[in-house]
Amino acid sequence: MSEVLNKTVARNIYYGGSLFFLLLFLGLTFHTNANFPERDNRGAITEQVAQGKRLWEENNCIGCHTLLGEGAYFAPELGNVYKRFGNSTEAVKAFIKSRPAQGIPNRRSMPQFNFSDDELEALAQFLKYVSEIKTANWPPNIQG
Amino acid sequence: MQYQSQSVAKPYFIAAIGLFIGQILFGLVMGLQYVLGDFLFPTIPFNVARMVHTNLLIVWLLFGFMGAAYYLIPEEAERELESPMLAKLMFWIFLVAGSLTVLGYLLLPYAGLAKITGNALFPTMGREFLEQPTITKVGIVVVALAFLYNIGLTILKGRKTVVNIVLITGLIGLALMFLFSFYNPDNVVKDKFYWWWVVHLWVEGVWELILGSILAYVLIKTTGVDREVIEKWLYIIIAMTLITGIIGTGHHYYWIGTPDYWQWFGSVFSALEPIPFFIMVVFAFSVVNKRRREHPNKAAVLWALGTGVMAFLGAGVWGFLHTLAPVNYYTHGTQITAAHGHMSFYGAYVMIVLTIISYAMPLLRGRAAANSNKAQVVEMWGFWLMTVSMVFLTLFLTAAGILQIYLQRASDTPLPFIVVQEKIELFYWLREAVGVVFFIGLMVYVWSFFVKDEEGKSA
Ligand code: HEC
Ligand code: HEM
Ligand code: HEM
Ligand SMILES: [Fe+2]
Repeated sequence: MSEVLNKTVARNIYYGGSLFFLLLFLGLTFHTNANFPERDNRGAITEQVAQGKRLWEENNCIGCHTLLGEGAYFAPELGNVYKRFGNSTEAVKAFIKSRPAQGIPNRRSMPQFNFSDDELEALAQFLKYVSEIKTANWPPNIQG
Repeated sequence: MQYQSQSVAKPYFIAAIGLFIGQILFGLVMGLQYVLGDFLFPTIPFNVARMVHTNLLIVWLLFGFMGAAYYLIPEEAERELESPMLAKLMFWIFLVAGSLTVLGYLLLPYAGLAKITGNALFPTMGREFLEQPTITKVGIVVVALAFLYNIGLTILKGRKTVVNIVLITGLIGLALMFLFSFYNPDNVVKDKFYWWWVVHLWVEGVWELILGSILAYVLIKTTGVDREVIEKWLYIIIAMTLITGIIGTGHHYYWIGTPDYWQWFGSVFSALEPIPFFIMVVFAFSVVNKRRREHPNKAAVLWALGTGVMAFLGAGVWGFLHTLAPVNYYTHGTQITAAHGHMSFYGAYVMIVLTIISYAMPLLRGRAAANSNKAQVVEMWGFWLMTVSMVFLTLFLTAAGILQIYLQRASDTPLPFIVVQEKIELFYWLREAVGVVFFIGLMVYVWSFFVKDEEGKSA
């Protein structure tokens, strides 16, 4: 490297560049947060949906599934499962409820969580809420 | 070893390697579950094995980073560590807290663990990589603060070098960004937005400072090249890291309910993120070529060069592969992501920790400068077995990913997820096979610590 780019110059690029882009990032964050209401379907976040999110977390569904493409890649995408199941919370509940406790021989298995009816409803409402977030048309098709 | 207190690094390194073994065993369990769906079900469901695999990875890398800091900071600062006692105490606290958490994952249903640790009071659990009970997260913060206090005072009272300042900047950043793991709003979009402030700003931000400074330190020591030269390189690397990587966070903001302009910001800046990794390769090779002496620890130099190359491949090349928004639209959340996750974590962070262990451990064990030739040869076998099998693991997952995307997302008749997974099973078998080779490589590596030299002393 040439003499023009000496250690002091390199250091100044590091401090100046980092600070500049950090501030830009904070600015974009601010703007993004202001724009969330247009896309994040916050109107749908009821007590029940919040309870559903807690159940989602406390049973570690993300350890097998993706949600909007983030999580584990072992089991189907659930961000759009409500739509895949024909816009039916009943179908989602029926699926979760009907998992055999001992799994399905030779098939990737989902645990039986023994949820109450209230809990099932909360989870299904949570998945419905997520499916209605505006995600720039992701996933590419209904299979997730 | 120039300072007595550097020896506190030793238990950190040993624990790191121990947990690494556990991590890989659970990787192999999951690899089997991918093809034999009901393997160990319902005793160890996939999600449990995954938590253990990823959390052990993070915990052992943190042990490695802390060990590295305890080893190199006294030497750089030219004084003893502020409090070796505190470092030893924190070691045990971290080890016990980490082990209890992993046992909790394995022995309790996750919901039960959430209940007994009071997740309802302060819910932070159940998000990828941040599955730890809230109280464990608090423990991590306490250990991090004590650690930063310890090395911070050592630096403040001692010599300040670019290496130790960059290292502690990275470590402070690590602790700061972790605080966002306590923010868990009901709004999924917000939750995800700030979740990446931990995950992305760690691996593509502050951790790269840690990586760069450890690499610089090992190269200074093993090549004898002028510190001024190496420090300039280090500044350029971390400048490019933060200039590209901070806005590069946008490559995770394409499809999660965030404004569309992130597709531009994310694509443009993250496309530049390979630059610092590329400079790292050039840096490592040019410094080794200009070396002023032949350091007897050949294995450490091999690890250092390997880190540069593999980090560039895993993070730079495999990252670039899926980072542009139009490509990511199809690859998002597929085996392509897993392929990249594996090679980048291995190439950058696993290998840098193994680099500093390779350099420091012989000195910590009272050798003059390096292990016996015999032990180094075994260690290098470990290097090649692990590295080559990781390359193949990545290639098989990439092949699986391409087929998955075609069959499930791009063809005219998209098939359901589970149907597609069965069709691409072959690649999961191949992944498991090279996973076993990786494990053998790890065992060979561990064995290198026990090889006796010519006089019959243990390496
Ligand atoms: C141990 C892994 C695992 C965990 C944990 C898990 N699942 Fe599943 N899940 C699966 C698998 C595997 C399938 C596919 C089953 C099949 O097709 O036979 C599935 C399928 C589903 C489906 C149907 C998707 C479709 O498109 O067919 C829903 C809905 C679902 N899971 C919801 C949940 C919820 C809610 C949770 C958390 C309470 C959860 N899952 C936790 C493994 C898991
Ligand atoms: C040092 C070596 C390894 C590292 C650094 C590593 C790292 C990781 C990381 C970061 C993840 C999360 C991936 C993501 O979210 O994209 C992961 C998941 C996983 N790893 Fe590893 N891993 C290693 C070795 C292995 C081995 C040897 C195997 C098995 C043969 C394995 C099997 C898996 C599986 C099956 C998953 C879950 C993928 C999914 O979500 O479906 N890993 N690993
Ligand atoms: C050492 C540095 C890096 C590490 C350890 C790393 C690790 C990871 C991991 C583990 C994930 C999966 C996260 C999840 O589970 O959702 C991921 C995702 C991603 N990484 Fe990296 N990464 C690194 C650098 C990079 C770079 C430099 C780029 C771009 C050039 C990049 C591009 C991406 C993209 C686009 C995703 C999202 C994948 C998706 O949409 O599913 N990464 N990375
Ligand atoms: Fe990223």
